[in-house]
Amino acid sequence: MTLLIEARHLTRILPATVPVTLVQDVTMSVGEREFIAITGPSGSGKSSLLYLLGLLDRPTSGSLNIAGQDTSAMDDDALARLRLEMLGFVFQFHFLLPEFSLLENVKLPMRKAGRLSSAEMRERAAALLEELGLAGHLDKRPDQLSGGQRQRVAVARSLANDPHVVLADEPTGSLDSKSSEQVFQILRDLVHKRRKTVIAVTHDMDIAARVDRRIHLVDGRVVSDERVAQPVV
Amino acid sequence: MRLVLELALTHIAGRGRQTLVAILGVALGVGFSIAMAALMQGTEKDFIAQLVDTMPHVQISDERRTARRQPAEDLFAATQFEGLRPKEDRRGILNPAAATAALRSWVPGSMAQSLRTQGVIRYAGRDVGVSVIGIEPEIEVRVSSVAGDFVEGSFDALRAGGNNIIVGDALARRIGASTGTTIQVVAPTGQSRGFRIVGQFHTGNNARDEGETYVLLKSAQILSERPNAINDIRLRLADPEAAPRVARQAEAELGYKAVPWQEANESLLEALVVRNVVMYTVVGAILLVAGFGIFNIISTITHEKARDIAILKSLGFTQGNMRRLFLVEGLALGAAGSLVGWLIGFLLCFALSQVEFKLSGAAIGRELTRLPLFWSPWHYVIASAFALIASAVAGYLPARQAARLNPVDIIRGAT
Repeated sequence: MTLLIEARHLTRILPATVPVTLVQDVTMSVGEREFIAITGPSGSGKSSLLYLLGLLDRPTSGSLNIAGQDTSAMDDDALARLRLEMLGFVFQFHFLLPEFSLLENVKLPMRKAGRLSSAEMRERAAALLEELGLAGHLDKRPDQLSGGQRQRVAVARSLANDPHVVLADEPTGSLDSKSSEQVFQILRDLVHKRRKTVIAVTHDMDIAARVDRRIHLVDGRVVSDERVAQPVV
Repeated sequence: MRLVLELALTHIAGRGRQTLVAILGVALGVGFSIAMAALMQGTEKDFIAQLVDTMPHVQISDERRTARRQPAEDLFAATQFEGLRPKEDRRGILNPAAATAALRSWVPGSMAQSLRTQGVIRYAGRDVGVSVIGIEPEIEVRVSSVAGDFVEGSFDALRAGGNNIIVGDALARRIGASTGTTIQVVAPTGQSRGFRIVGQFHTGNNARDEGETYVLLKSAQILSERPNAINDIRLRLADPEAAPRVARQAEAELGYKAVPWQEANESLLEALVVRNVVMYTVVGAILLVAGFGIFNIISTITHEKARDIAILKSLGFTQGNMRRLFLVEGLALGAAGSLVGWLIGFLLCFALSQVEFKLSGAAIGRELTRLPLFWSPWHYVIASAFALIASAVAGYLPARQAARLNPVDIIRGAT
């Protein structure tokens, strides 16, 4: 099994008059087709760890390899490139660009990557949105959708460049239980049907109970990392 | 780059009200700068135009810059004379026909010769000292601004008879004469003749309206007992700015003193320099204030877009992409604002040019004045250049800061 993410002794300290330790000495590795939940009480550093793994933030010390490449020596542009090709993000709030149609939002990462022709991008974005149940809304703006629909658009956008890993930060945090369930199903399908690795930060215990691997953080440290055999659905 | 451009345009188009405010902000700054510049430069040009218009561009008189060398000085190289009685010069421009013919061959413009002498007008027991100017009506029309200032009659009326005279309206009022009245003119030579008033002019310059009279050149020559003499050649040039050069050349050729209007009005023109400094300060201040307004609006928009910067960075856009995105947005707003500003500036100028004033000197009801405006493409170019620079800086500085921000900080801030 190939290792997608290899973190060694990751530590992130916020420099301040009284330095705050967000993540402390985290060593973990993530392979293909994993469905991981990072849990822990508020302020335990779950999101901070996710940002580090997603190359949005740099560790104060420790090393991080993504798909075998050491990221500590990379400059911001190289990290941006790696993010573009390897990783997709879903945040608690959808973070779609309000001025763009759903189709345009999903196309954005593809256009940045610039690998597909305009027609191919349109086709792929439309296909992604349709698979996520948004067939009739391609040309709508984000503010014309419900919270659950927007979050599904965000998932579609995270998949735009066919990443290996989708990182989700409280993806159901601002949704009602029905929409939460839908989004959870979608994330699980990413692992089972699209063979992605999904790492989700959540404090929703119902979701945490149904993933394949649970990493529990307290005060920035990993206190447990357990794999759970889930019944095949 | 095309992607960045498209992103920028969609950003701008997507927020109608804010975009409108930004464009209007830029446009007002640009528009007012243009209108102010046009007004300031227009009033200056108008002032100079009036100055240039009311007087000959070059005046050649029968004087010399330095006293003429005396015959004795020509004879003996190193001799000092005491109590030498200078040889009397024959007054007037010698050989006027040759002089005017020589000038006519190269001077770009028209010219008029005249004989100016002093005289006293006597009517109803009152004596008033005036300048009596002998002219040739058909030529004078081309050179003198008085031709356009007639209240009654015209220069042409002089030709009807040798004893016709034209006076200023102030003079006529002062002595109680009107058109058709016959007045006595007494010359320094003692000659006295009766002249009939055939025209009146009003230049607005009281000294001229009260102190100038026009007669035929012949009549003036008879009055001053100087047949064929003239003592004044006035040039009106196609380009008034060429006056100093023409004057220098005329002086070199004829030997007589030739004064360009710039020299005759040196003190006034010096005062204009001060005015110019004031003008450039005012227009510059307006541009600066407009620039700050533009900076303010565009940097606010950029700050509001900090969240988008975080989103785009998390998607894999680089810092450079972000900087360019907001630079383009600033420039686009600046350019759009400039275009609208041109329109506003143009309309403002048009509106200002429609304003009419009735000045106090409107006793005769014809001094209807409009605001003088000067149209120059440079006003538009400079105002937009200022606006574009201001909006580029306004887009770039906050964007550079925001692009450097860690997206995590913005995302955390949002949640």
